Amino acid sequence: MKPAEFYMRDRTLHPPAHHPGYKTSVPRSPRMPLLTMHQTPSEITGPTFGHNDFGPLDNDLISNFNHGGDPVGERIILHGRVLDENGRPVPNTLVEIWQANASGRYRHKKDIYLGALDPNFGGCGRTLTDSDGYYYFRTIKPGPYPWLNYVNSWRPRHIHVSVFGTSFSQRLITQLYFEGDPLIPLCPIVQTIPDPEAVQRLIAVMDLNASVPMDCLAYKFDIVLRGRRSTLFENRLEGN
Amino acid sequence: MVQKLDYLKETTSQTAGPYVHIGLAPGAAGFSIFERELGWDIAGPDAPGERIRVEGLVIDGTGAPVKDVLLEVWQADANGVYAHPEDPRSAGVAPGFRGWGRVITNFDTGLWGFDTIRPGATPGRGRDVQAPHLNLWLVARGINIGLNTRMYFPEDAALHGADPVLRTIEQRDRVATLIATKTGPGAYRFDIRLQGQGETVFIDV
Ligand SMILES: [Fe+3]
Repeated sequence: MKPAEFYMRDRTLHPPAHHPGYKTSVPRSPRMPLLTMHQTPSEITGPTFGHNDFGPLDNDLISNFNHGGDPVGERIILHGRVLDENGRPVPNTLVEIWQANASGRYRHKKDIYLGALDPNFGGCGRTLTDSDGYYYFRTIKPGPYPWLNYVNSWRPRHIHVSVFGTSFSQRLITQLYFEGDPLIPLCPIVQTIPDPEAVQRLIAVMDLNASVPMDCLAYKFDIVLRGRRSTLFENRLEGN
Repeated sequence: MVQKLDYLKETTSQTAGPYVHIGLAPGAAGFSIFERELGWDIAGPDAPGERIRVEGLVIDGTGAPVKDVLLEVWQADANGVYAHPEDPRSAGVAPGFRGWGRVITNFDTGLWGFDTIRPGATPGRGRDVQAPHLNLWLVARGINIGLNTRMYFPEDAALHGADPVLRTIEQRDRVATLIATKTGPGAYRFDIRLQGQGETVFIDV
């Protein structure tokens, strides 16, 4: 197999492992530098998924936990494209999301926030991008919620997003925020990001044209994964 | 003014947070929503090879087990073939062998474990041969960007010296952090130390 590497990850766009303002990162961050390596077939391959892996409602969080009614809260469409750094669409890739409900409460046995659980909202969804890298979900706009970083820390409204890409070295988990949320600049987790423009790129923008009149507002969120070298020149590999 | 390159910038990572299970392993979060959760079956029933179980803890800088980790595995089959279209031998992978798995820790003990088959040696760059290994990726609350590492097998010591990743590790005593311990027939233990004494080698893939 001929390795064609992905571009080096630009670590200045990502939070450092150790960020004292996000307290839990302090004991959970490696202190030794990451090992630098040349990519091998182990890094340039990754799992593939097919439509058999999914149910028909998996990308519809308004309906996929329906226990006799719709969930409460602002109905939204979340849509966008998965691209690589070359601007090429990433087709047939798995996108998974999870989130709190409109009260800021997660359906998780470890979440003990006062916000009410919604009997009709599970809070997770998944989908494959189409041949243009396009994806969409229907969901409820999540509420902000408190957490004990500092005594009065609140998470801005956010949706957690997990993406695969075509190789294990493109694997990414992030969080998207919503345009206009006053909690974004105050959040210790957002503040782990060193580059203010990188924060802006995590903010989904309200997209009136994609909204469904009298039904759902839309937000657009594009995701960019690592790009890959094109083989303009063959690499001369060690030993050859 | 110099010309501008028109590359896009990679989306920035954010921690998976404490509730990662809702999205990626909802059964463990306490509710069933999908008919089929992804990643519980790495090898499928029909793949040839030695069936193995790998267990371990992820340990933080204070020595305590991390109880809310999510781990993903990516591996080749027993012949060293990845179930991916870019592996030229992938057509020969047994039906049902995906080579990818996802596990979470026990919320009380922090122990994780998965059943799979022992991978074969895989090609590296050029004429390199990579010793059999599992590629691991872990995320959790407090981990700002997913951590990549590898697990190798103790029986393959003869192959480790030439492995393109292991041979790159400058501090030779750190190589041991990537090698599992055999605890019984087909049973391995692999503890991952996030920080401090015996810190696992994490890789910039
Ligand atoms: Fe959250």
